[in-house]
Amino acid sequence: MTTNTATRTGPAVCIDVNGTHHRELNGQIQEAVAKGAQRINLHSVHGQRYIATNLRSEAEIHIHGTPGNDLGAFLHGSKLIVHGNAQDGCGNTMNEGEIVVHGHAGDITGLSARGGRIFIREDVGYRAAIHMKEYEGKRPALVVGGTAQDFLGEYMAGGIVVVLGLTQNGQNGHQASFVGTGMHGGVIYLRGQINGYQLGKEVGVSKLTRKDRAILRDLVTRFAAHFGFDAEEILASRFVKLVPLYLRPYGRLYTY
Amino acid sequence: MKSYLPPRFVIDRDAGRCIACQVCVRQCSFDAHAYDGEEDAIRSYEENCVGCHRCAVFCPTGALNIRLNPLSYRPNVNWQPEFIEDVIRQSEGGGVLLTGMGNDKPYRVYWDHLLLNASQVTNPSIDPLREPMELRTFLGRKPDRVELDPASLSLKTQLAPQVAIELPVLFSAMSYGAISLNVQESLARAATEAGTLFNVGEGGLHQKLYKYANNAIVQVASGRFGVHPEYLDVARFIEIKIGQGAKPGIGGHLPAGKVSEDVAETRMIPAGTDALSPAPQHDIYSIEDLAQLIYALKEATNYTKPISVKIAAVHNSAAIASGMVRAGADIIALDGLRGATGAAPKMIRDNVGIPIELAIASVDTRLREEGIRNQASIIAGGSFRNSADVVKAIALGADAVYIGTAALIALGCTVCQQCPTGKCAWGIATTDPMLSRRVNPDIGSRRLVNLLRGWSLEIKEMLGGMGINALESLRGNRLHLRGLDLTDGELDVLGVRLAGR
Repeated sequence: MTTNTATRTGPAVCIDVNGTHHRELNGQIQEAVAKGAQRINLHSVHGQRYIATNLRSEAEIHIHGTPGNDLGAFLHGSKLIVHGNAQDGCGNTMNEGEIVVHGHAGDITGLSARGGRIFIREDVGYRAAIHMKEYEGKRPALVVGGTAQDFLGEYMAGGIVVVLGLTQNGQNGHQASFVGTGMHGGVIYLRGQINGYQLGKEVGVSKLTRKDRAILRDLVTRFAAHFGFDAEEILASRFVKLVPLYLRPYGRLYTY
Repeated sequence: MKSYLPPRFVIDRDAGRCIACQVCVRQCSFDAHAYDGEEDAIRSYEENCVGCHRCAVFCPTGALNIRLNPLSYRPNVNWQPEFIEDVIRQSEGGGVLLTGMGNDKPYRVYWDHLLLNASQVTNPSIDPLREPMELRTFLGRKPDRVELDPASLSLKTQLAPQVAIELPVLFSAMSYGAISLNVQESLARAATEAGTLFNVGEGGLHQKLYKYANNAIVQVASGRFGVHPEYLDVARFIEIKIGQGAKPGIGGHLPAGKVSEDVAETRMIPAGTDALSPAPQHDIYSIEDLAQLIYALKEATNYTKPISVKIAAVHNSAAIASGMVRAGADIIALDGLRGATGAAPKMIRDNVGIPIELAIASVDTRLREEGIRNQASIIAGGSFRNSADVVKAIALGADAVYIGTAALIALGCTVCQQCPTGKCAWGIATTDPMLSRRVNPDIGSRRLVNLLRGWSLEIKEMLGGMGINALESLRGNRLHLRGLDLTDGELDVLGVRLAGR
């Protein structure tokens, strides 16, 4: 571990991760944060899991290489920037903070997240944002630059998912099925073509209101700023809004 | 639609004793009693009676008696009244039959076919009134071997985190929402006083109970309700809930009616929507995925506390348990066929899973055969009715047991199975603020501490009788058990000899 350039907010620390075990790595990060580091650069990350899962700080961590599964699981306030791809479980049950991935992310991105924001420049895998929820001031957001696979937003109970379809390159729209199955809260904004048969039975399609536009503008502007896109160009396209049809999708399931 | 269901119970009101004081009217939350102002008399509506005995217990003149409706169908071994009435209920309601509490079917209760040993002549029994008896139990991963520093004779081996409990009985997972906050507080205070733990289930930990967090087990389940860093940090240990004995393989739906403002706050979800727990945890589709969540939780809590994994006892539990231990579980919680619930589909509750007795025996045997039994503690749940059941479970191979129903009975529950209605007249399985007040945590915790004390004394008595002065020596010691009225196959699974052999 070496300390080099200082930033405005505090000293920056570089860690050459290479073969370090995740337990040791998280210990090093925690130690650096305890000593006041505000920015930590991790180099040569090769699949280490659970990065920053034990942090309770607002430090900014730059990850060079490929972090392993459960990046920022239970994240509580830190900002993680991945200069590469993320694997499965990125932002799992996240509470606060921000994850920015300059590439793809794997399955279950943002599973059960309750707060914070996740920006993925390209595509995400299966089961993204399953059971995302919201609570009082906390409203998690997942913005995906490309497309998502099946079960996007399944059982979703709150939060915002934005799928921009920027990686589609003239293909025939999104391919995901079972989008929003069992959804009973939250909203999905989707740019690009999706067919009724791709949606869960509990989801309805509606137009965006002025309020929706404002939410979308905010998130797309942040997304564009992270990855160098033109926000206005993206926002000029047609979006659909997917919302739950019922607060109690399974209210008539039972006989007492 | 007129209901074809006959009343399940008959309410006998002794007119000579009834003083029309209306206590029964106020106590019944199912509207089985009503006051008729014109006649100045109490009327009973037996079709609403659930047989919970709240009115009979609180009637100041003892004027009420509740008994089963003797109305009989033509005898039919195949079409039992329950099956007839289930069809009627479904033809009127058109949904999945929902019920509460544990399996009430006549499957064999193996506890009642296992007998304990006692010392006679060759090995003296121990008098627990005279000599110390050790019930303290340590939950958590134990090392394969321990090394001592020869110079100082202190322990060189670094131990995994251990949790000590003063008796091998913990309160099983019951969430705020399924039960009232007063009930949870009663459990929390009793656990704290008795030196054991309570389990908050998957409904989060209410702010009011944070002061008891050192005796709390918190769950991480498929809904991930109320799971945030502080929740994980304060708990004594964390339990990943994969399954539950009352409803193996399915999730849970806490109906919107039970999701009050306060419940919503604790679960960290909006009020008034259903709290849906999906059937699987969508980040766990394999043993490898389970290992991933176990280690995510260990990382999140800096390896300071054991991680438990709870599964329903099912056909392949032994193999699954082996995988769980290898995935890093420090504690395995097994919940058997008769484990209870606040709400489960009746077909699942009554037909899925295996009895806890067989599951303990097969899991313990398997882990021993593989040489990994020391790597995890086993907590068994799924209907422990008294201290003898507990002692037998430990002799079969459990480290400790979870009790749920027994604890609720201590608070007034009469196992009427109406939990999913949210109208519990005893104020237990409800979030209605008026009904919840019926359980006073001062009295509730006292009743629970009394129960635990009684069981402790009895366990010591039984241990002493066997000539054992530490529970540790009984664990997995199946020579202290004999089976009665069991087949060779059953004896083989239980690893127990026939009585007389």
